Amino acid sequence: MMQPKLRVILLSGRTIEQGVGKELGKSSPEYFEACSMVYMDAEDMKKLGVKNNTNVLVTTEMGSVVLKAVKYPRGPTPGLIYIPYGPWANAVCSDATTSIGMPSFKGTPAEVEPAPNKPLLTLKELLRCEFGR
Amino acid sequence: MPIVKSVVCPICGCLCDDIEVTVENNEVVKMKNGCAICESKFLGYKGEHRVHQPMIRKDGKLVPVSMDEAVHKAAETLANANYPILYGWSSTSCEAQRIGVELAEELGGVLDNTSVVCHGPSILGIQEVGIPTCTLGQIRHRADLIIYWGCDPWSAHPRHLERYTSFTEGKFEKSEWKAYMQKVKAHAGQKKIESAERRGFVKYHPHAHTQACLVSGAPQTLKKEGRKLIVIDVRKSMTAEMADYFIQVEPNKDYELMQALRALVRDQELDVDKVAGVPVEYLEEVADALVNCEFGVIFFGMGLTQTAGKFRNIEVAISLVRDLNRRTKFAIMPMRGHFNVAGANVVSAWQSGYPFGVDFSLGYPRYNPGETTCMDVLLRDENDASLVIAADPGANFPKRAVENMVKHPLIVIDPHMNATAMLADILFPSAFVGIEVEGTAYRMDSVPLPLKKVVEPPEGILSDEEILKKILEEVRVIKSQKTEAA
Repeated sequence: MMQPKLRVILLSGRTIEQGVGKELGKSSPEYFEACSMVYMDAEDMKKLGVKNNTNVLVTTEMGSVVLKAVKYPRGPTPGLIYIPYGPWANAVCSDATTSIGMPSFKGTPAEVEPAPNKPLLTLKELLRCEFGR
Repeated sequence: MPIVKSVVCPICGCLCDDIEVTVENNEVVKMKNGCAICESKFLGYKGEHRVHQPMIRKDGKLVPVSMDEAVHKAAETLANANYPILYGWSSTSCEAQRIGVELAEELGGVLDNTSVVCHGPSILGIQEVGIPTCTLGQIRHRADLIIYWGCDPWSAHPRHLERYTSFTEGKFEKSEWKAYMQKVKAHAGQKKIESAERRGFVKYHPHAHTQACLVSGAPQTLKKEGRKLIVIDVRKSMTAEMADYFIQVEPNKDYELMQALRALVRDQELDVDKVAGVPVEYLEEVADALVNCEFGVIFFGMGLTQTAGKFRNIEVAISLVRDLNRRTKFAIMPMRGHFNVAGANVVSAWQSGYPFGVDFSLGYPRYNPGETTCMDVLLRDENDASLVIAADPGANFPKRAVENMVKHPLIVIDPHMNATAMLADILFPSAFVGIEVEGTAYRMDSVPLPLKKVVEPPEGILSDEEILKKILEEVRVIKSQKTEAA
């Protein structure tokens, strides 16, 4: 049965595409492509009725961000979503440092819902929207 | 065309030192031996995102200014601040980092490097229980069991397997590359058969499926000869696809899994069926492989330092290695990210006594992670100015920390227009360390290596070290004027 929203655990981390993009330049199209996406489990995408390469809205206690949903190609990851490191991931990752200086970049509870008509923000748009610069 | 050989790659903690760069008219035109990320840096660093002039934000926009004006403005901002943050340092040379410590002490600010958001918890774990480690050369020649726990070197350290672990030809241990290629071919063949079966070209063969079921699941591959590769992660990464055995642990449960392995290594029995989603019978096989190897090594990454438990995960991972050293030889090593983040810890430690999160506000260095770490200072909104060098917190810090950072003057030193540079009030363009400037960097196993200069920097572009020296000099002038006036 289709669900309007799905509760998941959010992880952020490196991908090779993110690495290549960051060295080319943070405002390069390669970096934008690599970081403004979210890997999702194929079955979870079916539950939400989300097609590959369509937009979803990821929401946590920290805020919301629109990302392109991509089916994770290497086996099932039920209940997990993975956003490559970057400002898009950091719009929603938990900043709880548990008193040791390290935010909780992996393991933040999140909700995902389809957002096919909401646009992805570029780096400039995202910075302007979040920090007014 | 001159070819520069044995160039050290200034990207990740692997510091691969076999890069060959072809230079023509002061430009890198070709390169050899590097990974995809290395190639994109050496061939793409001069792209449109390069900053060519110092800039200051005026009426909301960054406008080009002279170097002297930018240096004076930056020094004035820092000298007038009560509690500035000096953050970054991981993608620059030890020589620049050393000036950074001097500047932080002069200003009475907080000096922190990017390890606070990568292996800071590892350092805390190491400070609790010590670390049995070795160099990557030892691993290359002698290790017969490699474990990657909570890390994906194929994505973040692409040549780690090829140069230091499973796919390298060591003196005493051979490369597993051919065996891996055979596995890939067999997998491709199996896929073709399945596809043909689906299309009806080949008849369904029940016996073949029964056999497949018998070998899948249990870690039969751990019984193979030669180097073994185990990957433990919450998802099947590219590195996991190369592994002889992959354990998919439930998120935030690495601590439980490691404690279970510790119990098994010490011949204790577990009275549960599963730990962290992994059947105990599989763990027993893994424990056997750990105990029976000649020399094993655990590499760990953000999958341990950023998940629940954080530094406690590292403490228990090191304790597991300590237990294993009673039965065989074992080592453990953090997969350091930026090319000189290890150097940032080393320089900070030999200059101030502490590896990161050092507070000079009382006139002497203090270290209390959670209080003096840059992230916590930002989240409490206590700083009144920031200097960011060779890092991009604008892209890599949580939103609230960046919000508080941009409330106050922000000085950025970076070759590229990255996210933090876009948010800057004062921006200094700098030369690329390891391409346009030489210097020293520490590899992930704390071996220092010299970075080469292969091309000249663009005219007027200074190194991080030179820019910092200018700012420090100006800060001292402003402070002495203030003292005289008082």
